[in-house]
Amino acid sequence: MSVSSSILRRISILSLLFVLLFSGAKAQEEPMPEFNDHESTDKKEFNASEVILHHVMDDHIWHLFDGHYGTIYLPVIVYSSEKGLDVFSSRNFYGEHHNVVEYNGYKLEHNHIYLADSNKAVFDLSITKNVAMLFINAALLVIVFLAVAKGYKKNKGKAPSGIQSFFEPIILFVRDEVVKPNIGHHYEKFFPYLLTLFFFILFGNLIGLLPGAGNLTGNIAVTLSLALLTFIITNVNGNKAYWSHIFWTPGVPLPLRLVILPVEIIGIFTKPISLTIRLFVAITAGHIVLLSLISLAFIFGSIWVGFGSSIIVLFISLIELLVAGIQAYVFTLFTSLYIGMAIADHDHH
Amino acid sequence: MELLTPGTGLIIWQLIVFVGLFFLLSKLAWKPIISSLKERETSIQEALSTAEKARLEMAQLKSDNEKLLKEAREERDVILRQAREASNRLKEDAQLDAKKSADKIIEEARAAINIEKQAALKEVRTQVALFSLEVAEKLMKKNLSDDKAQKELVESYVKEIKAN
Repeated sequence: MSVSSSILRRISILSLLFVLLFSGAKAQEEPMPEFNDHESTDKKEFNASEVILHHVMDDHIWHLFDGHYGTIYLPVIVYSSEKGLDVFSSRNFYGEHHNVVEYNGYKLEHNHIYLADSNKAVFDLSITKNVAMLFINAALLVIVFLAVAKGYKKNKGKAPSGIQSFFEPIILFVRDEVVKPNIGHHYEKFFPYLLTLFFFILFGNLIGLLPGAGNLTGNIAVTLSLALLTFIITNVNGNKAYWSHIFWTPGVPLPLRLVILPVEIIGIFTKPISLTIRLFVAITAGHIVLLSLISLAFIFGSIWVGFGSSIIVLFISLIELLVAGIQAYVFTLFTSLYIGMAIADHDHH
Repeated sequence: MELLTPGTGLIIWQLIVFVGLFFLLSKLAWKPIISSLKERETSIQEALSTAEKARLEMAQLKSDNEKLLKEAREERDVILRQAREASNRLKEDAQLDAKKSADKIIEEARAAINIEKQAALKEVRTQVALFSLEVAEKLMKKNLSDDKAQKELVESYVKEIKAN
């Protein structure tokens, strides 16, 4: 009897937790359509796809929760040949009732800033939500790894301790399982870049899962930039064998070489593109799945659906933690692989 | 479709921040971390190989020691055996000597006894001859007077001799 009653109690506590979780999510998600759809007459109408897309995309404001202090208005930095460089708060784009207004000859439409009179897009260097996330991520990396490096100075010749002993196995894993086997002897030149890449993506993925956080590593601009750096490093370091393989594949009959040439040239570009899309899709899809499950509760307007979807969300979140690690690993692995291919000696031909 | 179009501003920020982060972390974090890890690995490797060498040396020493011990034990056995043999030989020699000298003493004693016996017998024989001569003398002297008186005389002399 006592056992079953304690189980019952646990279940009731858990369900209470879920209800709280889901009501918290509600507070966070529900107002978003109001923001974008400020003109819509029925404010209670729920548009799941809009909420979700809004959540995974970049924005000039950072909406954390409802209320007067729940929104951070991020700085806008724009440049246009007509008006030069301008810096102002994105608060200026929002009127008294959160309606989008023109400011100083600029207007905000679907997160893009245009010149109000000519409708010409301006060069937008604003500190958007994802740029802010980027700064936070970079700051976090610097703080964490300076602390780790300090540990190595402090514990010189001794066993690692604290944060150092937490990150050391991960660093060693990246070195021994990812970088060394794929690049080979000359891995040390690329190791700092690959470590930065791995931890940037890992930390970005993880903090992106926090409630209210921006979808940094699930943004195609971010993944594209990372892939671009990998592309540059790979091709700058490509040796003679690498380029001869691309332009004049050895050991292949002449007519086939002409066929292979365009394929190889396309291959140079498909590598970074696959890196870009893989990370973007994996992280964004995860966010979309989580948000869709949470949205179910609002679509059905039922607390029980919310309860059920919250349980699923819990487990999907655990999977997302796994995905965060896997995607950081995969991006680093493929980067190492591409670098390894570019600097390998093809003596066997 | 906005989701799929990368924002130029974010690309620029991302490139600036990431490259900056790369240089900062490379200099301040990765460099000391990587070098410390390498240092530690080499020191561990060295310690392990030193330990292995020491272990081999120990084994070598131990086997040397055992060899020495074995040799010493064998030598001891040889020495003991030789000592035992020597002592046995000494004992036997001593016994033999003792027996020899005892035999000699007995022999000498026997010879001495014989000589004494011979001397004693000779003495007895001389005495008996002297007695006989005396008795004959006295008898002859007495015989001249009386047979009876001679007899008595002989007896008295014999008594005299006995008394002596």
